[in-house]
Amino acid sequence: MNLAELKYNQEALVVKVKDNELSLKLLEMGLLPGETVLLENIAPFGDPIAIRVGEYKMCIRLQDATQIEIKLK
Amino acid sequence: MKEQLTVALIGNPNSGKTSLFNALTGLNFKVSNFPGTTVEKKVGICKLANDIVAQVVDLPGTYSLYPKSADELVTYDMLRNKSEINFPDLVLFIADASNLKRNLLLLSQVADLGVPVILALNMVDLAEKRGVFYDIEVLSEALKIPVLSINARKRNGIDEIKKMMLEEHHGNRSTYFNIDFLEVQFLDEVSVITDKKNHYAGLQYAINAANFNTPKSKQIKQLFEKYQFDSKAFQEKEILERYHIIDDAVRLSRKQKPGSFAKSFTNKLDKILTHRFSGLSIFLLLMFLVFQAIFSLSIYPMEWVEILFMKSSEYIQQSLPDGILNDLIVHGILAGLSGVMVFLPQIIILFAFIAVLEDVGYMARVGFIMDRIMRPFGMNGKSIVPLISGMACAVPSIMASRSIENKKERLITILVIPLMSCSARLPVYTLLISMLVPDNSHFGPFNMKGIVLMFMYFIGFAAALFSAFIFKFFVKTETKNFFLMELPSYKVPVLNNILITLYDKGKAFVWGAGKIIVAVSVILWALASFGPREKMYSIDQKYIELAKSPNTLFTTEALVAQKSSEKLQASYAGEFGKWIEPAIRPMGFDWKIGIAILTSLAAREVFVGTMSTIYSVGGDIGDLNSIRHKMLSEINTETGKPVYSIATVLSLLIFYAFALQCMSTVSIVRSETKSWKWAGIQFIYMTTLAYLSSFIVFHIFS
Repeated sequence: MNLAELKYNQEALVVKVKDNELSLKLLEMGLLPGETVLLENIAPFGDPIAIRVGEYKMCIRLQDATQIEIKLK
Repeated sequence: MKEQLTVALIGNPNSGKTSLFNALTGLNFKVSNFPGTTVEKKVGICKLANDIVAQVVDLPGTYSLYPKSADELVTYDMLRNKSEINFPDLVLFIADASNLKRNLLLLSQVADLGVPVILALNMVDLAEKRGVFYDIEVLSEALKIPVLSINARKRNGIDEIKKMMLEEHHGNRSTYFNIDFLEVQFLDEVSVITDKKNHYAGLQYAINAANFNTPKSKQIKQLFEKYQFDSKAFQEKEILERYHIIDDAVRLSRKQKPGSFAKSFTNKLDKILTHRFSGLSIFLLLMFLVFQAIFSLSIYPMEWVEILFMKSSEYIQQSLPDGILNDLIVHGILAGLSGVMVFLPQIIILFAFIAVLEDVGYMARVGFIMDRIMRPFGMNGKSIVPLISGMACAVPSIMASRSIENKKERLITILVIPLMSCSARLPVYTLLISMLVPDNSHFGPFNMKGIVLMFMYFIGFAAALFSAFIFKFFVKTETKNFFLMELPSYKVPVLNNILITLYDKGKAFVWGAGKIIVAVSVILWALASFGPREKMYSIDQKYIELAKSPNTLFTTEALVAQKSSEKLQASYAGEFGKWIEPAIRPMGFDWKIGIAILTSLAAREVFVGTMSTIYSVGGDIGDLNSIRHKMLSEINTETGKPVYSIATVLSLLIFYAFALQCMSTVSIVRSETKSWKWAGIQFIYMTTLAYLSSFIVFHIFS
């Protein structure tokens, strides 16, 4: 399962990020494997989405979200 | 002798860095660019004690020292070389306490460069509302760094910070992430190539330099290969290990009490502001308000600016002796400046709105809700605000596009902004539309002129989107396009922050646009005032004769207007018009229009003034009716038909909608993109677009 498939108000654990470049960026922004993410908002046209990572809210496009492997809590 | 400390202000985006900078330095700052980049560099002065001041350098907000672009590499270079004069005595690190873990990653990297660091813990109140409490002393001990709790927006703790800067710039340092596991020989070689004494600083610079095309990247890549050093794996290890260390420090000092993120004000508000229906409606309503305000609130201040310039022109005209100098100042410099400065009120109002939206945290939401629509056009959600503001004036909108972090998306936005119909086009449109549409014509309940005007705005917007779509395939950047953006918590706007932004942007506009306008105006004035000596002389003689002979046919005023018309037509500007006539004839323009195209390079609305001079309307140039009548009755001597046929007027409308007839825009694009290349490309593509479209329109309608 990947992050783009997460539904509104659903929580999941990050497993890993496939894209190398994206992975480093996300690590810097605190999205680490094992971290909990929660889908908090969906933009009016269904994309991008806003997820809670740690103690803040981050927005990410669906095409990038597909690179993030997750498992439901 | 005053002692001066150099202090680098560092932190994550949205950590309150700007508020802290403003609180420390007030208006005592200068804005420039980091050498060779388009990254803004703010340096301010802050008095610490009677004989000691701190020079505070505001470094761009970042999440780590591994930047996204070569530009940002330069900005953090001052931290990497101890021998450099700019090497800071101290780093003032600001962190958002409501999100401490992520903020401390950068802190640990900065500290490992070997600079003394103090930590200002901001937004403690917000963290406490969410039930997170920190013991400052425990945190300080765990991090081995002096820590202070502040509230940058309320200016609490600023004096304590100044005191701490005085005390703590001497030493204290600790290593967080130890790179001793790498071969010493390798690190030494890296240090030699990168010219950095600190091993970590050297390696970090090398990894960045290898990623971007810098002069040393080839050499560094070879070195990495020789020692089989995998930089991606290293970075991953580094970040994870740093988080591990930070986690321990945070856990020791943190206490959880009741309160939660989910019930926070920000979260509740986001449910409304990013919602499918309410979110979009509120955004559209806000944009409508901004747009209305720009036009309605600015009416009086714009009049004041006009009056100010009129009065000073009159004053100078009367106090200086008649002659070239008088004419140059009044009709060259002041007339040119007034044409641009009249937009200052609109610009201030626009930036006031943008600054408030940015300060409260709404701007990130605009990016969030509009991203999907703007993406197919190679832009991101944040581009919508500069684009819409482009309907007021392209210059501040191009400046406002700084909020778009992604280089490619920002560049595309800048390239298409001037296609939006700005307010300088309005007088031109008004004149031309009035020549096209009879005064009282209606389409249903709507005024026909209004509909045509609206159509012009629509055409501009459509052209902007279309061009952006094309540019998407041509503009290349070195990094991938991620739209990872923090949606910060909402905050009450701070007046001080907004006023400082307005001061900064207003100054940038007045200087940026003012300089180029003075230069362009002087040149255009010279072209329109001087001409081949014999021609000008004979006109002078003719009117001296006319003035002598008692003439009942013309009033003196009419004679003066007639004379300036003839002089303009005989001037070098007139010669230029005749010279380019073959080139503009396919669009249905004659050489007189050619003159106006030349003179309106200073600002588009000058077109109207030039037309009134050419058709010797004289007196009040605001009298649209008489210009219109004179223009419409102009007959082409070769064909015997009116010069301003429907085809020609339509063609002119399209030309003014698309052509980059604005030197202030060219100059601001040059300074914002740091190259003549993009300014040139923009000028050429817009002129080509205007030329071709006008050509097609003229031929369809004639």
